[in-house]
Amino acid sequence: MNLDLSTTYLGLKLRHPLMVAAGPMTEEPRLLPELEQAGAAAVVLPSLWEEQIEHYDVETLRMQHFGADSFGEALTYFPPVEDRRATPDWYLRKIDEAKARVSIPVIASLNGSTLGGWTRYAKQIENAGADALELNIYFLATDPDTTSEQIEERYLELVHSVRSATRLPLAVKIGPFFSSLPNMAKRLVRAGADGLVLFNRFLQPDILLESMEVAPNLALSDSKELRLPLRWIAILRDRLTASLAASTGAHTVEDVLKLLAAGADVVQLNSALLKHGAKHLSYLLDGMHRWLVEKEYQSVQQLIGSMSQANCPDPEQFERANYMKALTSFCSRYPRHV
Amino acid sequence: MSANRVYVTLDGNEAAALVAHQTNEVIAIYPITPASPMGEFADAWTQAGRRNLFGDVPQVIEMQSEAGAAGVVHGSLQAGALTTTFTASQGLLLMIPNMYKIAGELTPCVFHIATRTIATHALSIFGDHADAMAVRPTGWGMLFASSVQEAHDFALIAQAATLRARVPFLHCFDGFRTSHEVNKIAVLSVDDMKAMLDADLIQAFRDRALNPDRPVLRGTAQNPDVFFQSREACNPFYAAVPGIVQATFDRFAQLTGRAYRLFEYAGHPQAERVIVLMGSGTGAVQEAVEALTAQGEKVGAVIVRLYRPFDASAFVQALPPTVRSLAVLDRCKEPGAPAEPLCQDVLTALVDAGPQPMPRVIGGRYGLSSKEFTPAMVAAIFRELSLPHPKKRFTIGIHDDVTHLSLDWNPDELPEPPEVTRAVFYGLGSDGTVGANKNSVKIIGENTDLFAQGYFVYDSKKSGAMTVSHLRFGPRPIRSTYLIRKANFVACHQFQFLERVDMLDIAEPGATFLLNSPYSAEEVWDHLPMEVQRDIVQKRLRFFVVDGYRVAAESGLEGRFNTVMQTCFFALSGVLPRDEAIRHIKEGIKKSYGKRGEAIVQKNYAAVDASLAALQEVRVPQQITSTHRRVGWVEGPAPDFVQRVTAMMLAGKGDLLPVSAVPVDGTFPTGTAKYEKRSIALEIPIWDEQLCTQCGLCSMICPHAAIRSKAYTPDDLRDAPSDFPSKPCTGDLAGLRMTVQVAPDDCTGCGLCVSICPARSKEQAKRKAINMEPKREHLLQERQRFDFFTRLPETDRLRVKLDTVRGSQLLEPLFEFSGACAGCGETQYLKLLSQLFGDRAVIANATGCSSIYGGNLPTTPWSTNQAGRGPAWANSLFEDNAEFGLGIRMALDQQETIVRRLLHKLAVPIGEELVRGLLQGAQAHGEAEIAEQRRRIVELRRRLETLDDPDARILHRLADVLVRRSVWIVGGDGWAYDIGFGGVDHVLASGRDVNILVLDTEVYSNTGGQASKATPRAAVAKFAAGGKPIGKKDIAMIAMAYGNVYVAHLAAAANPAQMTRAFLEAESYRGPSLLIAYSHCIAHGIDMEKGIEHQKDAVQTGYWPLFRYDPRLAHAGQKAFRLDSGRPTRKFREFAQKEGRFAMLPGVNPAQAERLLELAQQDIDARWKLYEQLAGLEREAPQALEEVS
Repeated sequence: MNLDLSTTYLGLKLRHPLMVAAGPMTEEPRLLPELEQAGAAAVVLPSLWEEQIEHYDVETLRMQHFGADSFGEALTYFPPVEDRRATPDWYLRKIDEAKARVSIPVIASLNGSTLGGWTRYAKQIENAGADALELNIYFLATDPDTTSEQIEERYLELVHSVRSATRLPLAVKIGPFFSSLPNMAKRLVRAGADGLVLFNRFLQPDILLESMEVAPNLALSDSKELRLPLRWIAILRDRLTASLAASTGAHTVEDVLKLLAAGADVVQLNSALLKHGAKHLSYLLDGMHRWLVEKEYQSVQQLIGSMSQANCPDPEQFERANYMKALTSFCSRYPRHV
Repeated sequence: MSANRVYVTLDGNEAAALVAHQTNEVIAIYPITPASPMGEFADAWTQAGRRNLFGDVPQVIEMQSEAGAAGVVHGSLQAGALTTTFTASQGLLLMIPNMYKIAGELTPCVFHIATRTIATHALSIFGDHADAMAVRPTGWGMLFASSVQEAHDFALIAQAATLRARVPFLHCFDGFRTSHEVNKIAVLSVDDMKAMLDADLIQAFRDRALNPDRPVLRGTAQNPDVFFQSREACNPFYAAVPGIVQATFDRFAQLTGRAYRLFEYAGHPQAERVIVLMGSGTGAVQEAVEALTAQGEKVGAVIVRLYRPFDASAFVQALPPTVRSLAVLDRCKEPGAPAEPLCQDVLTALVDAGPQPMPRVIGGRYGLSSKEFTPAMVAAIFRELSLPHPKKRFTIGIHDDVTHLSLDWNPDELPEPPEVTRAVFYGLGSDGTVGANKNSVKIIGENTDLFAQGYFVYDSKKSGAMTVSHLRFGPRPIRSTYLIRKANFVACHQFQFLERVDMLDIAEPGATFLLNSPYSAEEVWDHLPMEVQRDIVQKRLRFFVVDGYRVAAESGLEGRFNTVMQTCFFALSGVLPRDEAIRHIKEGIKKSYGKRGEAIVQKNYAAVDASLAALQEVRVPQQITSTHRRVGWVEGPAPDFVQRVTAMMLAGKGDLLPVSAVPVDGTFPTGTAKYEKRSIALEIPIWDEQLCTQCGLCSMICPHAAIRSKAYTPDDLRDAPSDFPSKPCTGDLAGLRMTVQVAPDDCTGCGLCVSICPARSKEQAKRKAINMEPKREHLLQERQRFDFFTRLPETDRLRVKLDTVRGSQLLEPLFEFSGACAGCGETQYLKLLSQLFGDRAVIANATGCSSIYGGNLPTTPWSTNQAGRGPAWANSLFEDNAEFGLGIRMALDQQETIVRRLLHKLAVPIGEELVRGLLQGAQAHGEAEIAEQRRRIVELRRRLETLDDPDARILHRLADVLVRRSVWIVGGDGWAYDIGFGGVDHVLASGRDVNILVLDTEVYSNTGGQASKATPRAAVAKFAAGGKPIGKKDIAMIAMAYGNVYVAHLAAAANPAQMTRAFLEAESYRGPSLLIAYSHCIAHGIDMEKGIEHQKDAVQTGYWPLFRYDPRLAHAGQKAFRLDSGRPTRKFREFAQKEGRFAMLPGVNPAQAERLLELAQQDIDARWKLYEQLAGLEREAPQALEEVS
């Protein structure tokens, strides 16, 4: 039987739904062929951080100026670098090199900090030859006077402006912390997103008890974290026509199949590959293939969305608060008079 | 003549380097002030792929010393590549042997020299002709440029002339004055340069190269039969040089319109009095001659362009026939000579070829070490020439009240022309003042018809340094080669300077005064010292304020207010119409920061726009209302020398000190930094005794010894101020009390002490036992407390455990308040040295950062204890420090030998038991034993005073050597790994009892961050602009190979206990020791406040393993190599990404960055693996003979 694994993501035709998420695995263009050989259908390059570019610019400048013109013997402490760096050239070169090394789609990723920065870099990324662009957006509101409406408007304005600036297929990677995720998703698509990536995992600071210091921390995900994107993909699948990518908690063949069943067009892998290496891709691909053949699917498209909220046997399951449902289940096992 | 000349503004170094890089194929370099920037430019251009005239990218190589660079130059020339180098001062001296060879072999070559003082009684980085004059006999042609334009032109003229003459040339221009002066010049085009260099001559040069296809032998050893004749065989070539140079000048004039002569006359055509000189002083002389001639005086000047070969007839022809007297000025001193070199040459020329009767000739010295030389001084010289009996030998620019050679001058004579805008800016190093002023010179020089000049005076301190910018703008080329004496615009960029610096002295009546002020126009008057108010009122200054910090912060440029001040300068000075100036400033911003990203550009634009709105004119009251005076530089009681001499230097009035005030041999008292209360910190650390655990880390890490700890008896608190903080000592010091105290006026506010403090509040984790707080809130109280603290008795050395951090840090530091960078990572090691061994230490200090913050006047941090004992310190050179220290050891050993002999001889009258004790105690290193030995010496002297014996008197004088002398050889990695490595190696191999301390910053820090062999792979540094491709030299392994050298690898902040133990072990070992001390540095591209974190990261990633190798254990057959740090727990990248020197690599070398970082990790892994194996080895190292005996 000829099993069709192909899927479409942001309008890009992919051989199958397994792709590599933005992360350390895609940092180095020279390592991308290994991912391609292991079976990756597409790769997302790590984000070009506007803040980082600005930080680099500001810090290099600060470094050049620090201690400069103070002491007659050492008017500077570093060789001049101005002539040799035109940021973000290094990132654009990376796209170029990635495209030269692999034939699968290369999706660039961008995290801007200013409106102008988002659009400017988006254009440059398009010109550098990326196949699509993933916008990595988050605003961590700490000011009690900042309202959720204001934050949401910033997201939308940003997506809209990038959409106006580039013709590239556009994905928006978001976090789960919106009061009404479906509403936000709908507005993002209306603003120009061709797809959503669910979800961004944020740096979670830790406290080091020994030294009483705060330390940045981001542990690799595990399968348990799958539930969050699973629920929302299942809910959003029926309400959006845009592409959906699952990007958290896919480690096993079962994880991948569940996310597809919920409605993900593609599954982005990162932690699993960091744990097990690029070869894990072929393991997942083989397992998915085997399962689909075993269950006599003819294409992966049959599976995609087959367990979305609308298509699953019990749509309420996705809507109930887990605590209530668990409690009810617990109680229902025993007679009330006990 | 080429039309449409391109004008640019640049300094003399860049002007010369531009031509050198275009006209050469191989460039060998080594950093030395003030020539380093030429090598840096050449290296950067080569790294950027800039091609020379021939279409190739010149090779640039940094060598281990100037001697090495000269060797490469010689070899490269012999193999047929056009080759050059850049150097100055001691560097040129190191090239002398090769210079004789290159000239003897008639090899075309040009060295570009930013002439600098040679170290004699003291080092000086400033300019005079001592170095050039020291190489007169080498047989090189010598062209002297006197301005930035000439430094550019003569670089090419020398190159063209050397090819034709086959005589090599020194192209000299005055260090700092010309090398660092920014001026507007007409830049030579590539076509100009091509037109000047004859292709046939280049080919002829290449044809003479060593080539196995047509082999020759060069560099023979000759005997008495032919050497002399051979030496004379070159005469025709030298005879031809003047003609060739004049012809080259003429050809150059045809191309560019700028005409030069071998000896150029300027002045009255019938001048009777003429000054002869060369170099930048020419500018002041020409201005004076013009002014005096306009007043009807018959005066003139002969400017020497080609000094060697000296063409006597051309010189005589240059003189006006009416000349009756000549004053020949030399910018050097040749003690014992009948006259200085140029003067002697002139006298010889006049005798040989001069008119009869011969004009009277007097000779004078001027401008040594960049001493000011002004038109007023020139007028005084002309006046002297008018006297019937002028001084035959004189000096000008100083007051010589000893030999009375100096001429008096009237500083107000011959003022500068009024059409020149003269602006002086006072800024803090690193606040952007100098950078903005360089930019202003560029804006005006390159965008208008005006001419512009910038000259910058820097501080002798590396932290809290004041810079003074002197800017001139005018309609005619500016050749004023001296500081502005009367300014029509004065800007003070740091409000606190007003409290100390007499900056309005320079303001002429009616001048504009711009002040960066946190106070508004309405408020500011009441915050000014009385003297400042008086100057503003009496001189009727126009007074403006702007809050530069606020405007910058509001524009997103926190702390970088230079754009604000620059905008206000243009708005007020009227050099350009305001709108035009603003446009140019913004264009400049775009040019400077455009590639840095739009955000920076926009922030600067915003600052420009906000500046004008924030600029306020102050309505100056007619009354002086202030009640407070400026603070003196030396407050309170101080020794006479400090009051008379040091205080003058601190006040910037050292020029006024007469000859009699200064030491005759460069010997200065120590312990003077404590009188210089710089008070530069904005925040200072305040001790919270409740939280303190008495660990001593804050004192240990303080780079400036501004955090002190003392343990004392409760009774000592009798007269304490009521709120003086104190707490009971714990552990072995129970019964005593202790205090941690800040020296509030000496702290630089670096924050290292707070950063390292491990004690935290239970309720508020961010609060520590020591916390940075605003100085103004604590200053008075902390001054009182520090005053009392200094009066508390020092901690009893016998009560503390020296081998602990806590114990060592209770000891008095005899290295305090240095001018090192805030947060410096070197000085902790020197301070510890001074605490442990300071009262019996002799220190040989290599030239570098440590010799500068250790010995750069006005003051020194090396100090004394109450008994008057402390480190005796000396700096010889950069390259010879290990040998210098060994010499000190040998002398001390010899003295000990004498003393031992005399003790034996006089044992009976002295008393045999005392003699036995003295002999046994002579090598004691324990504190108790040393104290006992000192008591014995007192007793010895008492008994010797009763003996009438010449030997007793000798013994009386030398007896101190019976306390074990601790010899320390200190320097940076540039010295130990590169220029001084041969000496270090030899001294280690000598087996003698010396301690070598390498303060390893992994770059040449003092000269601005050039790569050394200590620079690690992947680090970006000057001369390794694409990241260093080769790994760091493992100097520890080299030393350990000897077997009998004590070696330790330290990082003060990562493991202070290991550091302390290593110092004690090294010092107690009676053989050579090598301590390699990790020193975080400004040149690492780090936040210096985080230096501790960086040191810890360096150790935890295995980048800087800690270990000790103790030969005493090897002699005992034990494991002599001990790894003191754990196996790396993290990767190098984690360390690298936090340091700019590595983090900038992907930006500057994207193609190689990954590979270099990988290789750097491999370097670490391989080294660690090797060390782990070493740590498991038992080593048998036979003892050195001396140890056995």
